[in-house]
Amino acid sequence: MSAAPQKARAGAEKIDVIVSAVVPLNELVTRFEFTRADDKAFPPFSAGAHTVVEMRDGDRLRLNPYSLMSDPADSSLYAISVRRDDAGRGGSLFMHRSVKVGDRMKISYPVNLFPLDLRGRKHVFLAGGIGITPFMAMIAHLERMGGAWELHYACRNEALGTYVDQLTSRYPNKVHVYFDDRNQAIALEDLLDGQPLGTHVYVCGPKGMIDWVHATAAAHGWPDENVHSEEFLAPQPGKPFEVRLCRSDITIQVGESESLLEAMERCGVDAPFLCRGGACGQCETDVIEADGTFVHRDHWLDDEDHTSGKKIMPCVSRFVGKSLVLDR
Amino acid sequence: MTIQFNTETFRDDYSFRNSDWAIKRFPFPFHEDSYMYSVNMEQHRGGPDGSVYEKRFDVDEHYVSEMQDRAIVLADDPLRCQSLPHMTLAGWDTLELIMVSKSEDYPDLFELHRDGNRWRWINKPMGIDHTFTFLDETTLPCGPLEYITRQAQGDYAVLDQRGDMLYMDAGMVTTQADWSLDFDIGMDFFEWHAPVPLAHEMGIFKRALKFLLNIQQGAPARRLNWTMTVNPLLDTSPENYHKWGIQKTSLTPENVGAKQHLRVELQTFYRLPRSNALLFPIRCYLIAFQDLVSIPKWGRRLHRVVRDLPDELATYKGFIANRPLMLDYLGRHDDGLPTSPGVWPDLDSEPPLQTQNDARSR
Amino acid sequence: MTKFQFPESIRSRPVYGTLEPRPGKAHLMIADAEGAEALLDLATREARLFAQGHIIYIPKTTGETYTQRLRDLGPAQFHVGPTYEASVPRIRRVLSDAHMGLQVYLAGTEGLMGQAQNEAMQAGIPHSAIQTEHRGSVARRMQCVHCKGITEDVVTDPFVCSHCGLNLFVRDHYSRRLAAFQGVCIDAEDPGNLPDPVELYT
Repeated sequence: MSAAPQKARAGAEKIDVIVSAVVPLNELVTRFEFTRADDKAFPPFSAGAHTVVEMRDGDRLRLNPYSLMSDPADSSLYAISVRRDDAGRGGSLFMHRSVKVGDRMKISYPVNLFPLDLRGRKHVFLAGGIGITPFMAMIAHLERMGGAWELHYACRNEALGTYVDQLTSRYPNKVHVYFDDRNQAIALEDLLDGQPLGTHVYVCGPKGMIDWVHATAAAHGWPDENVHSEEFLAPQPGKPFEVRLCRSDITIQVGESESLLEAMERCGVDAPFLCRGGACGQCETDVIEADGTFVHRDHWLDDEDHTSGKKIMPCVSRFVGKSLVLDR
Repeated sequence: MTIQFNTETFRDDYSFRNSDWAIKRFPFPFHEDSYMYSVNMEQHRGGPDGSVYEKRFDVDEHYVSEMQDRAIVLADDPLRCQSLPHMTLAGWDTLELIMVSKSEDYPDLFELHRDGNRWRWINKPMGIDHTFTFLDETTLPCGPLEYITRQAQGDYAVLDQRGDMLYMDAGMVTTQADWSLDFDIGMDFFEWHAPVPLAHEMGIFKRALKFLLNIQQGAPARRLNWTMTVNPLLDTSPENYHKWGIQKTSLTPENVGAKQHLRVELQTFYRLPRSNALLFPIRCYLIAFQDLVSIPKWGRRLHRVVRDLPDELATYKGFIANRPLMLDYLGRHDDGLPTSPGVWPDLDSEPPLQTQNDARSR
Repeated sequence: MTKFQFPESIRSRPVYGTLEPRPGKAHLMIADAEGAEALLDLATREARLFAQGHIIYIPKTTGETYTQRLRDLGPAQFHVGPTYEASVPRIRRVLSDAHMGLQVYLAGTEGLMGQAQNEAMQAGIPHSAIQTEHRGSVARRMQCVHCKGITEDVVTDPFVCSHCGLNLFVRDHYSRRLAAFQGVCIDAEDPGNLPDPVELYT
């Protein structure tokens, strides 16, 4: 009804920031702290939220989501912790190698796909490795607002136990740490047993850990609604393929180590997106014509959509075949 | 910006009137000569100067009187404002959003002074000057949602977002088009919309839900909804329907211009930061038919929309019985001329009503 | 006894299923009248879960028809209550002592299932995890939207609110929180002009 209805810009709103601290925590993990370039307060956020960080790596624009680990009530800074992945697509390497204090960057407004269930009587956190980051914010929130929680944190070894000292000294009775190299493991069944009605479990870590928690909880009669997980799916590489984009009237090539979404962006197409991890549905694209097989890697479309061949999630999914025409 | 606040009633003697300014800025919802459901969302990011779309929470001449009417409704029925226990944080988010928006958008009327969590809120039209501690309910006379929505026009539904679904878990609902917060609180998006005919089959709600789940901080959206009300009655609640329903039978050919009102809801959608809930303000605007037809294009168009509306929609919107009376009146304000696309009055380009005489003299 | 087939309706109208055995540490079963048959059917599929089962049964007018057969299922706890209201304190205590891994099975009238489901939800169990199976009477609990009073055992449309006396029509719009369907004044626009009451589902 407005005279010129504005099309929503792709992605969440952006904030201009300055890197205020770069703190290596151990061999793999470094914390990055940001202040606002305009000196205003950061927007408050809900624990579990992430921000999408823009990285200008030469002529390549990378966009990676990272959990906000700072206290949601602290509006003076936002903090993320990034685990260096030498075998990844380069985003974490860029952060570790190229980002310095004083750099200007753009990050998105917080987006939350992993919130606390505020009705919960008790919150049990299960963290694997760098999966600890969203729980740092959740713990800060529950300590401030009052709420029962406990953390079970699995790390490879003590040297790579990010924030272990800080957590165990501040909350000795609520934090339990398990080191792989000492053969310590979360006794999940015991842990789930005897929790009061209304307990919610949250798991953030590798896919295997997430699947294990969901399966064990279900086998013990826990409702799905009480088990929450977050896994950032980094787009997997794959064979290059060609795509015709109807509305933009161009044909593009999707390279081996870029996602379909990234290829569209590289070619100047303003494609909608939000989480860039296959979970939120915002980038859902209609298929006009396809001669080949879809490689669906998202968590958004249902089975029917996956088999219909009429939809694809460009942020994480790919295609193998003769031709693909999309409504974009 | 100076607004002359009316002293008027939305019940009993119905002294409510729209000034010329209010008539011209009325949120006419029809952009073409017919109506069907759509997920007609757009960004809520300003609008033409002076329009109801310009400010985040529009304040108009009816502000003070509407808040008085709300106070009467709540005194009569406190169940119109409810908040499930886990929604208090969302209530604080809402209080902050409305206080910040109004103090920035209408600095002559509202002031917000913040010193850490010690806040001082000044509401000049309502004569309020209150200091309290943000996030501490014991420093407010009532919960944060109730506190601030007693000072903000329109209804407010606060939706908890859990597991790819929205739940109506809190609200202030005193100007609703015939639904009950007390009954619906706790329901999910599809459930509280269950009584709406046709829309579910059209997949409207599935698409709308996907859109709403992805509304982010800093990027609010808006849309319009509409219905009909006899008399400028804001409290058309199911709770009081046994009292106001009879008014629908009081229409006559002589009074339809003054009594029949088009009722438009400007709905906005905001992601709330600390609770991750979705705030759903539903702002109600009323206009009498006789005022609406003073804008020729609107008179023509409303006649056609009402004439061609499917029976199910006219029934659901509660005016199927009065439709013939309405069409008799509106028909006299439709000369059959074409209308420009879009909702705006277009007074410069849309000709005044052509009467029979005009037609003959050509 | 054949199960009643509810006609398809709007999204807020509850849809009941068939009880099935689910993995869990404890099993709470609440049923009234012919709902016992659903529990007996469940036992034919998986009798073992009754060893960790707690049955709360309200026979209503079925008297002794089912009581012994339920007892013979060997539940760890078995309670026969004269009315649902009298059983509520017990239900609340059981739920407050319960842990995650409790499975809840409800069977019988809509009124019983709705109210028991609400108790379980208040205790922290999501409604989607609570199983329900309808048996027996199709009478409804109706909330009068005007006076907020609940009229039990409504079988006709329209009906008279047992609290304020208004003539109400029966809607399918249902509130889990109130465990009742909505009743709205039928003659507000034409007082006294009422259609003859018709039995529900005819």
